[in-house]
Amino acid sequence: MSKQVKQLDRVIIRFAGDSGDGMQLTGDRFTQESAVFGNDLVTLPNFPAEIRAPQGTLPGVSSFQVHFADHDILTAGDAPDVLVAMNPAALKANLGDLPKGATIIVDTHDFTGRNLTKAGYETNPLDTLGEVNDPLGEFSVQPVDLTGMTVEAVKEFGLSRKDAARAKNMFALGLLSWMYGRPIESTIAFLEKRFAKVADIRDANITAFKAGWNFGETTETFVVQYEIKPAPMSAGTYRNITGNLALSYGLVAAGVQSGLPVFLGSYPITPASDILHELSKHKAFGITTLQAEDEIAGVGAAIGASFAGSLGVTTTSGPGIALKSEAIGLAVMTELPLIVVDVQRGGPSTGLPTKTEQADLLQAMFGRNGEAPVPIVAPQSPGDCFDAAIEAARIAVTYRTPVMLLSDGYLANGSEPWRIPELADLPVIDPNFATERNKTVVAKDGTESEEYWPYLRDEETLARPWAVPGTPGLEHRIGGLEKGEGHGNISYDPANHDFMVRTRQAKVDRIAESLPPLVVDDPSGEAKVLVIGWGSTYGPIGAGCRRVRKAGYHVAQVHLRHLNPFPKDLGDILKRYDKVLCPEMNLGQLSLLLRGKYLVDAIGYNQVNGMPIKAAALAEAIGGLVAEAEGITVDLTPQEVTK
Amino acid sequence: MTATENLPFPGLRSGVELVPTNDEPQTGKEYTSDQEVRWCPGCGDYAVLKAVQGFLPELGLRRENIVFVSGIGCSSRFPYYLDTYGMHSIHGRAPSIATGIATAREDLSVWVVTGDGDALSIGGNHLIHALRRNVNMTILLFNNRIYGLTKGQYSPTSEAGKITKSTPMGSLDHPFNPVSLALGAEGSFVARTIDSDRKHLTSVLSAAAAHRGTSFVEIYQNCPIFNDGAFDAIKNADTKADAIIPLVHGEPILFGNGSKGLVRDTETGGVKVALVADVGADAIMVHDAYNADPTTAFAISRLTDSGYLNQSPIGIFRQVERPTYDDGARGQIASAQQAAPGDPSDRLAKLIGGGDTWTVV
Repeated sequence: MSKQVKQLDRVIIRFAGDSGDGMQLTGDRFTQESAVFGNDLVTLPNFPAEIRAPQGTLPGVSSFQVHFADHDILTAGDAPDVLVAMNPAALKANLGDLPKGATIIVDTHDFTGRNLTKAGYETNPLDTLGEVNDPLGEFSVQPVDLTGMTVEAVKEFGLSRKDAARAKNMFALGLLSWMYGRPIESTIAFLEKRFAKVADIRDANITAFKAGWNFGETTETFVVQYEIKPAPMSAGTYRNITGNLALSYGLVAAGVQSGLPVFLGSYPITPASDILHELSKHKAFGITTLQAEDEIAGVGAAIGASFAGSLGVTTTSGPGIALKSEAIGLAVMTELPLIVVDVQRGGPSTGLPTKTEQADLLQAMFGRNGEAPVPIVAPQSPGDCFDAAIEAARIAVTYRTPVMLLSDGYLANGSEPWRIPELADLPVIDPNFATERNKTVVAKDGTESEEYWPYLRDEETLARPWAVPGTPGLEHRIGGLEKGEGHGNISYDPANHDFMVRTRQAKVDRIAESLPPLVVDDPSGEAKVLVIGWGSTYGPIGAGCRRVRKAGYHVAQVHLRHLNPFPKDLGDILKRYDKVLCPEMNLGQLSLLLRGKYLVDAIGYNQVNGMPIKAAALAEAIGGLVAEAEGITVDLTPQEVTK
Repeated sequence: MTATENLPFPGLRSGVELVPTNDEPQTGKEYTSDQEVRWCPGCGDYAVLKAVQGFLPELGLRRENIVFVSGIGCSSRFPYYLDTYGMHSIHGRAPSIATGIATAREDLSVWVVTGDGDALSIGGNHLIHALRRNVNMTILLFNNRIYGLTKGQYSPTSEAGKITKSTPMGSLDHPFNPVSLALGAEGSFVARTIDSDRKHLTSVLSAAAAHRGTSFVEIYQNCPIFNDGAFDAIKNADTKADAIIPLVHGEPILFGNGSKGLVRDTETGGVKVALVADVGADAIMVHDAYNADPTTAFAISRLTDSGYLNQSPIGIFRQVERPTYDDGARGQIASAQQAAPGDPSDRLAKLIGGGDTWTVV
């Protein structure tokens, strides 16, 4: 039979099921297929903290959302066009996010009395489809016995019913791959590799995948196939990449670009552990990974390695930063290079381990005793984690300082197409080790001698020299007690302490001299409202601004990669606009800093629900501010529904 | 076949085998920094400092390849007074910092100076894990059984019932026995010595430095200000023969001028003190520091008084070879590098360009 082919410019699909149903894998495979096909895409995995939460319950639902398009997109999308629900709980948990008219594909097999009760359904919503009181009447529901057909399709392999049913996610993937014309070769190759050692499981998964595809192709259940053309992208070779992988690669690259061995001291913590896992694979680059006994030992070992001439790195999430803060202060005082990666998650305390948040900015900024300034770098997208890691290394090594690299759970697990950089375009980082004594000292009797002074600073950067053990003649002691400027011996002198506190701050401030000017996106040049953000809100803010502009209004956007120090031109930029809006996944941490430093009335747009900000809601807030600033009425209702 | 034979790193090596040596003779003066020593008059730390400054030249290593790391406390000022590389770090964390240094660099001789509060209270976790991993470093634990720098609170080695500023009605804490703790963590080199016995101290330091792995040395150290006399029984010429149980590998464990010795306690499975006259010289245990099983060493360590110290075994309790963490970590890197030769930049390009890719022209 011939199927109708419909063109779409973008689609948002959400795969949802039990946390043991393989939804993350399904979503990831669909993403890889779409990436290879050439769509632009952004993904949003969302899963519970429990490894296997109670089966069939609402808290146990795991989902993976992928937004793919024939044009450049910025977010994983606010509302799914298609929901694949593997059980009643997955349907119920996600229904509220669906817009009218969305397609729902449900696995009818799991809509049993028991599962319905667990999900809180009194009656089976599938029983009343098309009737007057259909609770799913607003949606286009496609009930399919995914499990039953999977079991039937793989019966030749003689698997237990349970094992056979586990391939249902591949059946679903096959069906969706058919619906959206995805290339299937990469998934088949992936399954062959993944299950290379268990032939029957491998064959069952591949068979289920193909059966799902054929089901779409041959039955009359699905009459429309959709086409989303590849997105125009700038020339280059691309791959799909998650933030944690990009950040890991960035650290590997920082080692190569600096010629320093990377030393990672880390304690496992969600959502940062992937970086420890990844770097552990790359020993051939001279990378040492130490899984420490606790968070403090992780950073301690990294500081020790830095003292010994490595690029010390420690990776964690917010609770780990709290534990490491005293040691980070030691790195501030001893002025040693150190990269501290904080993959932020919902807090406080244990909080929401698998959900995203940006609420560690002030902890990164101020979370130490004394005046202990630490430079802060934040990536804005999964792929950008690569460049941000190299930038953190550049600052750490050049200025002899700990640097906080603030990723978050959304960047860590989310993915996007990433143009693989040319190595020639990466910065070279010069460790500039001290090899000679640097101070001529005149004794009382007039005799001169050469000494090594560990706190004699570079005039331009204010960085101190880095002399590593094994360098003859430069033996010296450093530590957490206040240093005398220059010679670095212990000093309790009041004036010296005041001077050193100011000097450590001045050194961090001096980093701003090395930063490029900010790029303000203000296409019309007539905007009165500026939206400013940092980190992973880049996508939602960009998408929100686009909506406002598409409706015919003016808004400017600027995004901060450096949170400490701020770029030199930030103050002037803020003053150019009548209103400044600051969307954050916290209660207003950047806006507090902006208000404090620039006396600007930064207005917060704050969401702390563990999920990325939604572009549509943000656009309304921007529109409201535009209306106020320009004294006009703002209506963001789209004038043309599709292009 | 022993456990070490199959491992891809050398098993039996000196703790300083990979550290560059110095051909010129050295003096203690070369190891003395220009900083004024600021311990209280009469502090036991002076004696240890002198012993270390006198001993380091004997090691014959290049001075720039020696690193001393300390935590916080009176003894932790130690690195400032030695003209080597050094770091005076934060409370309790010196073993973790030293782990980073020792793992990053095979050519350094790494020393940790710590105290009973630093190592056993705030830093207890790092101490046991350093011992467990067997990182190649020497830990000198100055045990004065009191908090000195914070002016006299009880420490985790203070005897129960101790009256201090924070325990006016007596401490309720049962003390740690540092040697028992180190043996429990399967420390591969565990010893105890005394600040005032320079000869013994130096001999233990020599053995500790030569040991590949974590060498743990508890040094009884008198605090004349806040806990004076804590070790009088083992220092006093009249009492020390009965107070010190000397441990020398291969020698019968005798003390009290040969009148007393250690014998197996068949009732408890442990070790007890007996009169030689009662049990006969043949029944006296011969010390075996090389025993792979730490059980007997642990039993001997239990003969240390937990209250006021009237009796304590002194010497090397245990000295066994087992793979070190840092050698293993470097071994894995070396074999990974051997398996992936070539320019790092080329390999980086290949790494980041891997996975499913597509090209847009």
